[in-house]
Amino acid sequence: MLYREAGQFKSSYAEDQQIFPIRQDRIAMGVLLAVAFVVLPLAGNEYWLSAILTPLLIFALAALGLNILTGYAGQLSLGTAAFMAVGAFMAYNFVLRMPWLGILPSFILAGLCAAAVGVVFGLPSLRIKGFYLAVATLACQFFVLWAIQRIGWFTNYSSSGVITAQQVVILGVPFDTPARKYLFTLTVVALMALAAKNLMRSETGRAFMAVRDMDVAASVIGIPMMKTKLLAFAISSFYCGVAGALHAFAYLGTVEPEAYSLELSFNILFMIVIGGAGSILGSFLGAAFITLFPIFLNLASDWLQNVTGIEIQHAVVSNLRVIIFGALIIFFLIVEPLGLARLWQITKEKLRLWPFPH
Amino acid sequence: MRRSTIAAAALALAAATGTAVAQNEQFIPANGYWVGPYAPGGSGFFGGIIDYFQLLNERDGGINGVKLTWEKCETEYRNDRGVECYERSKKKGPTGATVIHPLSTGITYSLIDKATADHIPIISMGYGRADAADGRVFPYVFPLVTTYWSQADAMIKFIGQREGGMDKLKGKKIVLIYHDSAYGKEPHAVLEKLASQLGYQLTMIAVPHPGNEQQSQWLQVRQIRPDWVILWGWGVMNPTAIKAAAKIGFPRNKMVGVWWSGAEEDVIPAGSAAKGYISSGFNLPGTNFPVMQEILKYVYKKGKGEMDDKSRIGSIYHTRGVVAGIITAEAIRIAQTHFNKKGKPITGEEMRWGIENLNIDDKRLKELGAVGLMPTLRVSCMDHEGSGLVKFQEWDGAKWKPITDWIAADKKLIRPMMEASAAQYAKEKGITPRDCSREK
Repeated sequence: MLYREAGQFKSSYAEDQQIFPIRQDRIAMGVLLAVAFVVLPLAGNEYWLSAILTPLLIFALAALGLNILTGYAGQLSLGTAAFMAVGAFMAYNFVLRMPWLGILPSFILAGLCAAAVGVVFGLPSLRIKGFYLAVATLACQFFVLWAIQRIGWFTNYSSSGVITAQQVVILGVPFDTPARKYLFTLTVVALMALAAKNLMRSETGRAFMAVRDMDVAASVIGIPMMKTKLLAFAISSFYCGVAGALHAFAYLGTVEPEAYSLELSFNILFMIVIGGAGSILGSFLGAAFITLFPIFLNLASDWLQNVTGIEIQHAVVSNLRVIIFGALIIFFLIVEPLGLARLWQITKEKLRLWPFPH
Repeated sequence: MRRSTIAAAALALAAATGTAVAQNEQFIPANGYWVGPYAPGGSGFFGGIIDYFQLLNERDGGINGVKLTWEKCETEYRNDRGVECYERSKKKGPTGATVIHPLSTGITYSLIDKATADHIPIISMGYGRADAADGRVFPYVFPLVTTYWSQADAMIKFIGQREGGMDKLKGKKIVLIYHDSAYGKEPHAVLEKLASQLGYQLTMIAVPHPGNEQQSQWLQVRQIRPDWVILWGWGVMNPTAIKAAAKIGFPRNKMVGVWWSGAEEDVIPAGSAAKGYISSGFNLPGTNFPVMQEILKYVYKKGKGEMDDKSRIGSIYHTRGVVAGIITAEAIRIAQTHFNKKGKPITGEEMRWGIENLNIDDKRLKELGAVGLMPTLRVSCMDHEGSGLVKFQEWDGAKWKPITDWIAADKKLIRPMMEASAAQYAKEKGITPRDCSREK
């Protein structure tokens, strides 16, 4: 009833092709952005800003990066955490060794370094596909961590192999409080998500999808395989690299290479499986689900304990998380391979007919 | 990109979690781990600390009438979860979190900046950043009792003792098998420096997390044929290393483990292979200490104990937790006295003063019923380590048996290294070190 486009006429191509063609969507998005940019920092619950929303956005960006590669271009990768590590450690080195550069250019350069690593490890994708490619990217995961742990230059010869990210200062404004760090992350993520959304609607994005759907057919219609696949790796790694830099600079502050373990790569893969492969929205939904769910379980067990007086053991709660994740992943793979994003889309379609479905 | 529903749900969650708290309570977060490959360490340590707090509540009604409260948060030994738990717990209780025991070197690193900004002291007892012992640069971080650097020095001293003098170490081969993480890399600088001074050959071999696969590493050990192996392991890596040593026939009584490689949980799974294995420690196991007897009497008899497996009461990790409990409670006690807050909860800032002015001498240890359980401890603004004493113990197949007295690290060697490292940190972070002569 409320959600329908009747009466919204479009008189130009630009109007027809905008990201949110329906006015209600545009309003909702505007409200959401206003809440994210203005209300949340002002409401200022430090715990939510620094421990939940900031990492959520960062992981959403990493998931978005993987989604470009896996969801849009169809190349399975298990090296996401390694690309994040490259971003984090290179951003640290750029700020350390070239302090005149400034934070944002350092982040961009760090992202480009991650992109370069991505291209190198994306080369096998020209020959191998699917499961085998995943194994090749697994090599990237191990090699990058090995290099960071063994080569002292990356950690500025820190005896323990740990780096402490420098303070983020842009145009003299220090981003030191949780609210400011959150705003910084949100701005970067929002801009990059917008760029990704547009990129995927462009010729490049369509080429990615053509490769994903059937690469032989794509090459027959004249899509250059090498360029497209390597570009997908480069863009995806760039996103992951920037996410890694944010992870170090805006979230943890101090990072050790072990933070970017294979487990993190899998977690990000689960985010796009649950959230929805081949969807920008899905990256955010998946990241939200994976980061919020364990915290929710933890809090839920506390409430349950307060209300009913039954103590639930900590170990049980933590193991429950693993069990539920596993079950959900299987559930989504079988029932809804396109994840939460697809469920949302179905809801929207239903909503348009509501309350008089025909 | 509709996150509005999620954000709304999130806010609703946040609103619902704020529960009323009584005013006369001192809140101490128990951010530890009860699952995963390192669960034996986490559950034992936090079991001990909570048991001691429970004892104070049950026996004395808290500290000068202030009840101790705590809340568990599962970190899974992961840095990001550790940060989340910290953020969740720091505002709880009437005065916020009093002190944090991260029980993970990685989490300690991640929390140093945050806790310093929030004025919440971190006690990283026997782990964490060694150079944080320089309290001028790290006012809120306390690597109490002993640091990894002191530990590494004490180990070499012990090996020297066994060899019949430090000069005998020349030309000896020592292999360090370490957990490939910030934790495992902490001793490198000290061991390398000592190698250049004493002339032993040092080889350092990394074992990737979690360490249940060590064949290639021990093959390398077999090729090197070292005189001694130092084991810097954690969790499941330890029994695996001991079993691997047995497999290649390396004598276990030439293996020295760090204190995170020296608990019952580390040797029992290795079975008879662990007999003769040596490790260091800064607390002794057992239930014979008066304080442990009190815990059994006041806490476990009433069914309020933390350890589900009763056989683990008095194990190394459990008594280590009790030691942490004693240190925490003593610091609260003297902070209450100093700030005239007897019977009132103290803040993190006041707690920081309390820890910095801790002085647990033999007399106090006797009053606490903990003589022999832990070394004496005297903390100051300059020295956030406070003791640096280590004991070595041997596993006889059934229990840990102390084989040395308390061994002190060479402060003349370690301290300048700590100060240099801390000064570099201060420079990187733009910290002006405090002037300790002005601290009161």
